[in-house]
Amino acid sequence: MPDDAKGNDQPVSPAPSAKPAAEKPAAPSAPGAPAAAKPPMPAKPAGPVPEPWDAEMVRALKQRYGSGIKEASVYLGQKYVVVDSSIVLDILRGMRDDHQFDYCVDVTAVHYPKREQPFDLIWILYSFHKNERIRVKTLLADGQPAPSVFELWPTTDWLERECFDMFGIKFEGHPDLKRILLPDEWKGHPLRKEYGIIQQDNEWVNINLGIESGQ
Amino acid sequence: MTDVTKSTTSFYEEDTGKTGTFLDANELILNMGPQHPSTHGVLRVILKLDGEKVLGTECIIGYLHRGVEKIAENRTYTMFNPYVDRMDYVAAVSNGLGYCEAVEKLLNIEAPPRANYIRVILTELNRIASHQLWLGTHALDIGAITPLFYTFRDREEILKIYEKFCGARLTTHAFRIGGCSYETYDGFEDNVKKFVKFVTPKIDEYEELLTTNRIWVERTKGVGILSGPDAIALGVTGPVLRAAGVKWDLRKAQPYACYKEFDFEIPIGENGDTYDRYLVRIAEMRQSLRIISQAVEKIPDGPIMAKVPKVIKPPVGEIYHSIEAPKGELGYFIVSDGSTQPYRVRVRPPSFVNLQALDKMVRGMLVADVVAVIGTLDIVLGEVDR
Amino acid sequence: MLEYITNYLNSNLTPGQAGNIFWAVVYILLIFAGVSAAVILMNWGERKALAHMQVRLGPMRVGPHGLLQPFADALKLLLKEDIAPSEADKMVFWVAPLIVVVTAFTTFIVVPFGQTHAVTDMNIGILFMLGVSSLGVLGIVTAGWASNSHFPLMGGLRSSAQMVSYEIAMGLAVISAVLMTSFSGVGPFGVGGEGTGSGTLSMIGIVQAQQAQHVWFVFKLFPLGLIAFGIFAIAMVAETNRAPFDLPEAESELVAGFHTEYSGFRWSLFFLAEYAAMVAVSSIAVTLWLGGWLRPFTYWLSGSGWDTAFSLFPGLTFLVLAGFTFFNTVRMPKHPALKIQTVGLGVFGAILGVVGLLLFVPGVRERIQDIYWFSIKVAVFMYLYIWYRGTFPRYRFDQLMKLGWKVLLPVGFGVLIATGLIGLSDQLLEWVKGVMHWA
Repeated sequence: MPDDAKGNDQPVSPAPSAKPAAEKPAAPSAPGAPAAAKPPMPAKPAGPVPEPWDAEMVRALKQRYGSGIKEASVYLGQKYVVVDSSIVLDILRGMRDDHQFDYCVDVTAVHYPKREQPFDLIWILYSFHKNERIRVKTLLADGQPAPSVFELWPTTDWLERECFDMFGIKFEGHPDLKRILLPDEWKGHPLRKEYGIIQQDNEWVNINLGIESGQ
Repeated sequence: MTDVTKSTTSFYEEDTGKTGTFLDANELILNMGPQHPSTHGVLRVILKLDGEKVLGTECIIGYLHRGVEKIAENRTYTMFNPYVDRMDYVAAVSNGLGYCEAVEKLLNIEAPPRANYIRVILTELNRIASHQLWLGTHALDIGAITPLFYTFRDREEILKIYEKFCGARLTTHAFRIGGCSYETYDGFEDNVKKFVKFVTPKIDEYEELLTTNRIWVERTKGVGILSGPDAIALGVTGPVLRAAGVKWDLRKAQPYACYKEFDFEIPIGENGDTYDRYLVRIAEMRQSLRIISQAVEKIPDGPIMAKVPKVIKPPVGEIYHSIEAPKGELGYFIVSDGSTQPYRVRVRPPSFVNLQALDKMVRGMLVADVVAVIGTLDIVLGEVDR
Repeated sequence: MLEYITNYLNSNLTPGQAGNIFWAVVYILLIFAGVSAAVILMNWGERKALAHMQVRLGPMRVGPHGLLQPFADALKLLLKEDIAPSEADKMVFWVAPLIVVVTAFTTFIVVPFGQTHAVTDMNIGILFMLGVSSLGVLGIVTAGWASNSHFPLMGGLRSSAQMVSYEIAMGLAVISAVLMTSFSGVGPFGVGGEGTGSGTLSMIGIVQAQQAQHVWFVFKLFPLGLIAFGIFAIAMVAETNRAPFDLPEAESELVAGFHTEYSGFRWSLFFLAEYAAMVAVSSIAVTLWLGGWLRPFTYWLSGSGWDTAFSLFPGLTFLVLAGFTFFNTVRMPKHPALKIQTVGLGVFGAILGVVGLLLFVPGVRERIQDIYWFSIKVAVFMYLYIWYRGTFPRYRFDQLMKLGWKVLLPVGFGVLIATGLIGLSDQLLEWVKGVMHWA
């Protein structure tokens, strides 16, 4: 079982602008690689760190939403922004309409139970035009519903259903949010950390299969 | 996508196909249940029909859900490697490539060039094998019972190569984090060259049986049309997207392994119908042969594994890496918390997302076309359900 | 009593015409046995030929090279549990396969295997055959209905719609051929001199007309005869629900169509009827266009020398088959477990060889000629059926109906009108001249 005490959060840089980062005027498709893997130092290997991401788009977003954009970084060449959950729908819509991110690759979530807002909800978007991929991340509290982006990208129909099925995150505005991989009457959301790996919904197994779950 | 009927639980009664009282007398609910000769696995499709015409569909999946993502959180990175083969079991090598490359990115290491070449050769062989299986089963669904045997016979040669390389035919576990599992066996290059020479006329044979066959053309042209913008909106990738006219392939757009060094084309279609998808996949097989012939000429010498620490503990961070699997964009989103076990592994399965397009493609078509369209999407339920 | 039996042998008529009940029964039994043998052979042949087309071997174990497989299948089907759906209409469920089998076998009464080798020669022979085979549709619909399940129902409805549509095309092609019997001219393009001859619907009469006109109807009025033959050849495949028109029994879509709920012996009745119907419609095609029992080149290569040469064919066929069998016997792996099979195959080859030699005996030779040529032509059609199944994908139902109604029907009409016009061309010319003269 993963040990939560080992620091499972992204280290949120306190003030991205404080670091004298290299200015990159446009968002090129070439990876803005952070420091390549440094040779391991005797004490501890200094691995890559997320570098702040400075681009036209990011600056425009920050100007518009101010503190709603909590972080915009590049880690190992992959760009991501962490935004506040109240503005995330607008940002995603803006991504699609203004910045041509017309393909939603994935919608997924991560559960950090010890955190105040335990769920990380991540949208991975791709732009054919710019050949660029970004991640938009937001933090959700337990029970807090997320906005559904079904009307922006129809592909998220099943992707959001899977998030709901596995994590219990409800999506407002989704046309038909019900379980997809597990049976409809299943209780529990397996990918949450408190759901054990051999745990079953004994009630469902009992009723539908007529057996005692062997676990 | 709205619910075709009130709720799915009522289908336990509706399974016999008797029209319920809350529906029109004209509509028939047909259940192509989990056990069906041509749903390519355990897929349940509920069709709402008006006579023969399809008014709507609903897919019920999850019969093969094994909780792979949950398992990943309880295994170390190396231990999880064999599990990824089992998702898309038809193209196991590609799955392994995606996962190993994702973890390598997280560790910020690169596989040595020799390993990359071997990876590309095996992955492209896998693409051919996957497309051959697709062709055989797709033709079988449409009624041509002979191509199945031809494609499986030719696929045997690829499986023999895999068996000699790593001991397994189907779930190969051919790659390790940092490189390849084994050194190539004696005669690997000759075998591959001989295979390329063997299979090139065979692909012509498949085409001869089907491409200009009038019945085949009538069954597949204009069936299951998915236009480019629809495909992008639905997140469909792979040959389905390319047949709709969008020239996009991750091997060219965001090259991984050593694809940059090879010269190949991306076949695209025009109309986005089943016939175009067939032509695109046949052309892809030929392009794969091209890549393999180029790669096998210039395999460099060198180590097959990079310097990977004994205990793999990537630093805290996240990564998303995707490859062009035979079915589409296969992505791995790995979150590491610094321990030996991944904190979260998310697999972005191409078949799962492609299957959503079924409803759009099949509206207004006849029942016989539903089978053809499910076949043309090339889904593998192991990947859809994970 | 004995005279009654031997009397018939001296006459030159079919038992029906001679009114000889004993021989009629004998012929019926022979035909029944013959068709059953054909079905068994066809079952084996289909599995082996299809397998070889699909790069595999087919049955190899049940007898040498699977020769006893059909018997094993028949035995298994007889011993299988007979399951009927609980909600099925019992009477109708029981009767449906009977209808199909009875109609399929009844059509053989008028099939001529030779000049006098038919049970009877009705003067409406071809009409009788088409009519009775249409009754088979009734059996299929009742099978679909009686199963009380929607898959068989849909299969039954589709099948009946398909068969009815293609019967029309078949009928038109048949009419063209029958029209050709009324020509009195000789040769491919001869139609008639002073008026035309008398047409006939009797099967034997049609072959005799081809004999009199010195040409098989498939070459008559080229290409009209060929087109009519082509229409019939396509329609007959659709009529018998075979690939590429086998959507009603498409495995991948409707599980098994109208015979889903049938098991064991009842199912074997359906499959028996399907093969018997295949033989029946092939017989029609052979009789109407391919000269029935006539040997090739009756007119151009005539004379007793050629006659004798062609009469060696039956014996040669069997000897070739025997040779092939011996070749395979020698090729059998030398393994103790296969000893019985090797011996069995050798014995089979020996039997074929003996039959072949027997067919060289002059007396037998002449008698067997007609039957042989007829059977060989029907066998070619059977092979074509298997070949189609291995090669073509399946037509979708609406495309199938489109083909029947929008392609075959207009072409059939066109051929019929053209045949008629050309056939009456002399008279038409006279009429036109008369009109011009009068005008």
